[in-house]
Amino acid sequence: MTAATLPTKKSQARQVSQSYWSLVWWKFKKNRIAVIGGIILILMYFCMAVIPEFIAPYALERKSSFTEARPQTIRFIDAQGNFSLRPFVYGLERKIDEQLRRRTYVENPQVKYYIYFFVKGDPYKLLGFIPWDRHLFGVDPSIKDAHIYIMGTDSNGRDFFSRIIYGGRLSLLIGLIGQLLTIILGSILGAISGYYGGAIDMFVQRFTEFLNAFPDIPLFMALAAAIPKYWSPITVYFMLTLILAFVRWGGLARQVRGLILSLREREYVLAAKSAGASDSRIMFRHLLPGTMSHVIVIATLSIPGMILSETALSWLGLGLRPPLTSWGVLLQEAGTVYAIRFAAWQLWTIPFILATIMAYNMLGDGLRDAMDPYSAR
Amino acid sequence: MVNYILRRLGYAVILTVLVSFVGFVIIKLPPGDFLTQKLEQLRARGDRSAEAQIEALRAKYGLDKPFMEQYTTWAVGFLKGDFGESFAYERPVRDLLGERLWLTVILSVATLIVVWALAIPLGVYSAVRQYSLGDQIITTISFIGLGMPGFLLALLILYFAIVVLNQDVLGLFSPQYQDAPWSIGKVLDLLQHLWVPAIISAVTGAGGLIRIMRGNLLDTLGQPFIEAARARGLKNRDVIWKHGVRMAINPLIVILGSEALPGIISGNALVSIVLNLPTIGPLFVQALRQLDMYLAGTCLVIFTILLMLGNLLSDLMLAWLDPRIRLE
Repeated sequence: MTAATLPTKKSQARQVSQSYWSLVWWKFKKNRIAVIGGIILILMYFCMAVIPEFIAPYALERKSSFTEARPQTIRFIDAQGNFSLRPFVYGLERKIDEQLRRRTYVENPQVKYYIYFFVKGDPYKLLGFIPWDRHLFGVDPSIKDAHIYIMGTDSNGRDFFSRIIYGGRLSLLIGLIGQLLTIILGSILGAISGYYGGAIDMFVQRFTEFLNAFPDIPLFMALAAAIPKYWSPITVYFMLTLILAFVRWGGLARQVRGLILSLREREYVLAAKSAGASDSRIMFRHLLPGTMSHVIVIATLSIPGMILSETALSWLGLGLRPPLTSWGVLLQEAGTVYAIRFAAWQLWTIPFILATIMAYNMLGDGLRDAMDPYSAR
Repeated sequence: MVNYILRRLGYAVILTVLVSFVGFVIIKLPPGDFLTQKLEQLRARGDRSAEAQIEALRAKYGLDKPFMEQYTTWAVGFLKGDFGESFAYERPVRDLLGERLWLTVILSVATLIVVWALAIPLGVYSAVRQYSLGDQIITTISFIGLGMPGFLLALLILYFAIVVLNQDVLGLFSPQYQDAPWSIGKVLDLLQHLWVPAIISAVTGAGGLIRIMRGNLLDTLGQPFIEAARARGLKNRDVIWKHGVRMAINPLIVILGSEALPGIISGNALVSIVLNLPTIGPLFVQALRQLDMYLAGTCLVIFTILLMLGNLLSDLMLAWLDPRIRLE
């Protein structure tokens, strides 16, 4: 009994002398679900946004003669029942489906391709400048026609798993960059609006109300449709990020304004003022840090919405378009009835999207609890 | 009260004018218009008289006039119920929307009823039996529903229906009933197709409502007047439904006004597109893609007006239901 209570007492003693952020970290660490969410996100961002060329077995635009081929199963035991510690896949063989009159693929148990790690493959530049040609996994490149498509191929014969990994880069980053812009816009305008009040406040408030008067999704769609089709893909990507941030900053600005309104009457602000601090110093050094915990939680919880908006817009053909590859662009090809019936593995994008959303929600929920470390919960 | 309504209405009118103008600007933003697209198509086909045809159309739709004149013509027409003409369909926007209006409303109201009929009892149960097994199951499902975007769920269900059930669930009617007059068979066919959008709305829409209902009722049940009601010896059922739920349901009224009512017309456009439902949402998206200006603009403005009306209605309803709220 005493042994069980002792550590708590010790930790309570520790708690008193800790700074706010280390208390937050301390409480966050205890929330297992939130930590798992955070780890999943770090892994996803690292694999898909930083080193997708290494993780993906093929280059993004590497086409093959295997069009709409079904995924190969990774096996340890072959048809004869022989076990091999090194996993392998069966080679695909083209076949004509007489009934449906279309080309299909079947796995041929005669042909085995073993899976190796760190194999040589398509050359690329890691992080954009380190030339390399190794991939995390793949099949022996010296065998002619060796192939591995663990999630099938698309209508151009491109490896779908590789495309999902590459597509994650744009989809994941649009959430992060867009949210960053939202935070910057929202907190600066919210702070100014709350601190100065008066005409500026009036203007910002009316403007956010005006933005709020529009229904979210239709407004996104209308603005996205306004991006000229002949712009370069990168400009389109950037514009889309701007649109997402522009439509969404209003809500954040309102909340920051509310917090600033209550904070600016505190004594420490008065103290700063009488010490001769300038308005901008009071706003950015004294007031905004006080709202940060709140802002971070809201931001984390609204990133999934941003990622989904990109996905939905691109899927509708209003957002990103090929040759850019994002999850929404991938869904565009997969969403037709034809594709679902005959190439359903293209729906593999959906689990990746859902995992991202879930991870963000888990992380955000944990952060919300952790940001208030003084409460008993 | 009357004063408040009048002021809100006046504010809404100003906002509507602004919104319609900005909406028109946004819709006009893309370079080129429907006719330039069509011109290219005609040229590609090698049509010699392409230019002349397009010029004639341009004059007919008034696209050669200056921007402000185009806007005022459209806005004045809008007030009279004339929303302009759709380029792609070459028919009045009003007829196009009218055709789809009924099915849109039927579909939305049906899903609305399903969602609310599910969410309120489940939320109440979840709060009254807090931490019971039922509560935990409901909570888990509603969290999944909260995080699940409707159109992805629609794609997954489509996959399930096509590949596993081998059933055609697209649209609202099977082909043989598409243009048939209403009959018992057609209604049954409609019901057979309706379960898919109903499930999607139930899962994605009810999750949030259940959470709010549960949270509010838990807060309310902890308050002294509930204890007082119990102390007076009222039946548990009456305490919960007449005293607790009546108080706790207020935020849901706000949602009913600000989300559900505008949603009746716009519906869930994304889900409708996946399931190929003949509602207004997909029409809007298609119009945007084709730069079909008047159709897209009209949809955007109508959605916005409905959202404002919904907000106003929910405020009024709240004031009517909860006498403590004063409208200033």
